[in-house]
Amino acid sequence: MERPRPLAARLRPLAVGLGLTALPLAFFAAFFAYPVAAIVGRGLRQGGRWQWGRIGDVLGDPSVRHVLWFTCWQAAASTALTLAVALPGAYVFARLDFPGRRLLRAVVTVPFVLPTVVAGSAFLALLGRGGLTDTLFGARLDTSVWAILIAHVFFNYAVVVRTVGGLWAQLDPRQEEAARVLGAGRFAAWRRVTLPALAPSVAAAGVMVFLFTFTSFGVVQILGGPTRATLEVEIYRETAEIFDLPAAAVLTLLQLAAVVAILAVHARTLRRRESALRLVDAAGTAHRPRGGERALLAAVLAVVAVLIVLPLAVLAARSLDGPHGYGFAFYRALGSVGDDSTFLVPPLQAIGNSLRYAAAATGIALLIGGLAAAALTRRAGRVMRGFDALLMLPLGTSAVTVGFGFLISLDKPPLDLRDSWLLVPLAQALVGVPFVVRVMLPVLRAVDQRLREAAAVLGASPLRVWREVELPLVARAVGIAAGFAFAVSLGEFGATVFIARPDSPTLPVAVARLLGRPGEMNYGQAMALSTILMVVCAACLLILEVPLSSPHAARTPAVPGPQTPAAKAPDAGAAGPRPLAAEPAEPAGRAR
Amino acid sequence: MSGPLLRIEAATVRFGARTALDAVTLEVAAHETVCVLGPSGSGKSTLLRAVAGLQPLDAGRVLLDGADQAGVPPHRRGVGLMFQDHQLFPQRDVGGNVAFGPRMHKVPRGRREERTAELLDMVGLPGAGARAVATLSGGEQQRVALARALAPEPRLLMLDEPLGQLDRSLRDRLVVELRRLFDRLGTTVLAVTHDQSEAFALADRVVVMRDGRIEQAGTPLEVWRRPASEFVARFLGFDNIAEADVSGAVAETAWGRLAVPDAGPQGRRRVLVRPTGVRLDGGAGLPCEVAARGFRGGHVVLRLRPERGPWLDAECGLRDAPDVGERVTVSFDPEDVVVLP
Repeated sequence: MERPRPLAARLRPLAVGLGLTALPLAFFAAFFAYPVAAIVGRGLRQGGRWQWGRIGDVLGDPSVRHVLWFTCWQAAASTALTLAVALPGAYVFARLDFPGRRLLRAVVTVPFVLPTVVAGSAFLALLGRGGLTDTLFGARLDTSVWAILIAHVFFNYAVVVRTVGGLWAQLDPRQEEAARVLGAGRFAAWRRVTLPALAPSVAAAGVMVFLFTFTSFGVVQILGGPTRATLEVEIYRETAEIFDLPAAAVLTLLQLAAVVAILAVHARTLRRRESALRLVDAAGTAHRPRGGERALLAAVLAVVAVLIVLPLAVLAARSLDGPHGYGFAFYRALGSVGDDSTFLVPPLQAIGNSLRYAAAATGIALLIGGLAAAALTRRAGRVMRGFDALLMLPLGTSAVTVGFGFLISLDKPPLDLRDSWLLVPLAQALVGVPFVVRVMLPVLRAVDQRLREAAAVLGASPLRVWREVELPLVARAVGIAAGFAFAVSLGEFGATVFIARPDSPTLPVAVARLLGRPGEMNYGQAMALSTILMVVCAACLLILEVPLSSPHAARTPAVPGPQTPAAKAPDAGAAGPRPLAAEPAEPAGRAR
Repeated sequence: MSGPLLRIEAATVRFGARTALDAVTLEVAAHETVCVLGPSGSGKSTLLRAVAGLQPLDAGRVLLDGADQAGVPPHRRGVGLMFQDHQLFPQRDVGGNVAFGPRMHKVPRGRREERTAELLDMVGLPGAGARAVATLSGGEQQRVALARALAPEPRLLMLDEPLGQLDRSLRDRLVVELRRLFDRLGTTVLAVTHDQSEAFALADRVVVMRDGRIEQAGTPLEVWRRPASEFVARFLGFDNIAEADVSGAVAETAWGRLAVPDAGPQGRRRVLVRPTGVRLDGGAGLPCEVAARGFRGGHVVLRLRPERGPWLDAECGLRDAPDVGERVTVSFDPEDVVVLP
């Protein structure tokens, strides 16, 4: 006898899915879609009618076409350069065992969360007037496109090292060994076995780098000079300098369309990557460098030293290079308001503001991103993939648009947040959420479904299952997600610059304000404040890289699932490596 | 309460076009141990998941103590399930794993700790409560998983391939221990396995499944003596099967004329000769050549190529086992000839 499944039983999963997605959706509707729609509407709707003709006007403008062309080709060039420079690094960090490996891996990640304003100033200090290359070789690169490309490699090195390297470290070396035993040479084994397994993650990393460089703002703003602009920079100019809102609206739509296309490509590569791979504990795959690998290691270390450590060091050195010799003069100056009217409060107060805002933004991002990740773990399918992509969208949307949109849309009931300090954390959380989702999702997906079922059969309600089984397993991922959300909130500039109140600037806003003023004192203070920001960001990351001290947490792999340590016990065939939808536990995103 | 503890009525589960459970009806009485036996993909794990409430039914009912379980979530069904690969919680120690169920059922701490210690004693791991799960061997994990499943005192304990991944000697020992434990506790058990020796050693009743349907159910002895179909016979490892014309107590086969127990099915049938019934008596029987031989503990299994008819498996003692290539003649013991229905 056929009997339909009880209605309640069929509706329950749907209700759970809706409940989990409701809050993230509301958040995105109110704080992303609404402000962006409002500013686009403000630009394109005049006299009660939509001015669609403006789209043609703006797109027909040769200077806009120039911007579009530059945006595309510099993104492609940056991506190619980043992959070329970072892929050997991915191998070295994934497979070679050398002293200081963990520390160095944290160091290369620092630029990843560094505010673009700071990075821009670092490269200005390195390549610009009076910079290192200027004094040594008389070469100034700050006016050439190379400065932009190199700065982009600096930023995105970690994206490739972490996404590709994370997977590379977990590929079972025995697969390659099997190919060798079957008669493949060293290179052939790599090409036939390892490369196909890596290819999707290389593609995914490439797409992410392309997305970030396509929407690059701070770097191009500082290093691009008057002639070079990306769409993002152009939107900023149209909005904040020329006040041509219709043009800004068209460019915003154009960038949104491009980003949606890039994200669609990204989703495709991700899905292809979710083929079953044999993954093992990353701790067991690294080996001491031998033969030619020593030269490779040396080359990678040299690249890291020149490309990443040097700019950061130059920045710090400049902050100490005061008017009366080396010292903390610039740092001391940060404690007072100064003669000109750049600041209403001592710049040092920006540290407190930044920390407070970032803490609130982290809380919001964890709540929204955690709920979204939980929903994405429970359900799959086309709709959920769309939801996933929606969460990524703020990363690729002009922060300027979002910031300005906040100003003009969240000023009337029911969402009158003009006087609320929450406005800044809300905007910052928008870029934090994608990080939280990207970090949490792979780990949540790696929690064996049957572990949840085991708890349920033992009498745990769904909420209890989440608290007792999932939360302890993902606790480390929550920490990492929180750290990333905190760091990107700390560094968020494009939106914050619009909505931070003049009497409570954040660190990047204060840096930009100082950079915008002439004089050595302002420049030195900007360097000092950037160094402080860099140290705070780096401290966040280093804390994340330290494993938790609790005895059981230490034994739990960061990504539970690929292999539990129990597999090392002689007869524990049960816990051996099993196929897993491979998605390394690394975020694929960066603040701008 | 009279009536069975568990009653499955026409349970059906479909995964797309594939039917994993096809109108399965099964009863398990209180204190009974029932083993579901079948090759992988026969739907036996799905059956357990359906009873636990982890797999919704497309049709049919699951009743526990006479109550329909439709809409009752897994954590309110009061059944225990031991997973194939144990699924111990990696972040908890052994004691934390065992105490998990009682904790969910709000058993007070003192009683909980008592119970945990008691169960660890019972499964042969006294004092292991503080050990990390990662340090356990496979056999130890299995014991902890069993203690964890028993801890909330489920009315029905279900085991999914309980000994599947363990090596042979450990498995043989544990199967005896399990049987003794269930007898002592009076636990009602529904287990699934693909290993017939495990099923026969553990169960009061065996259910053989094939493609989501029950092919045969009965006591181990019944199933062993009278396989209900060629599938069951071959699954039990009996490959001596030939076409036959049965009339009265005689079956005409390619191997010759076989005596069969009368009153069985008649006409065009298949007959099975158990390997123990293939006798190497050197008389005027069927001439065969020994093609291979393998040692199974105390006896030898011979692979024989008869002059006519399908190949034969035969069992004989270690001492009088012929060499490969030798020619032997065999006869058939009527006690070990079964006419398949």
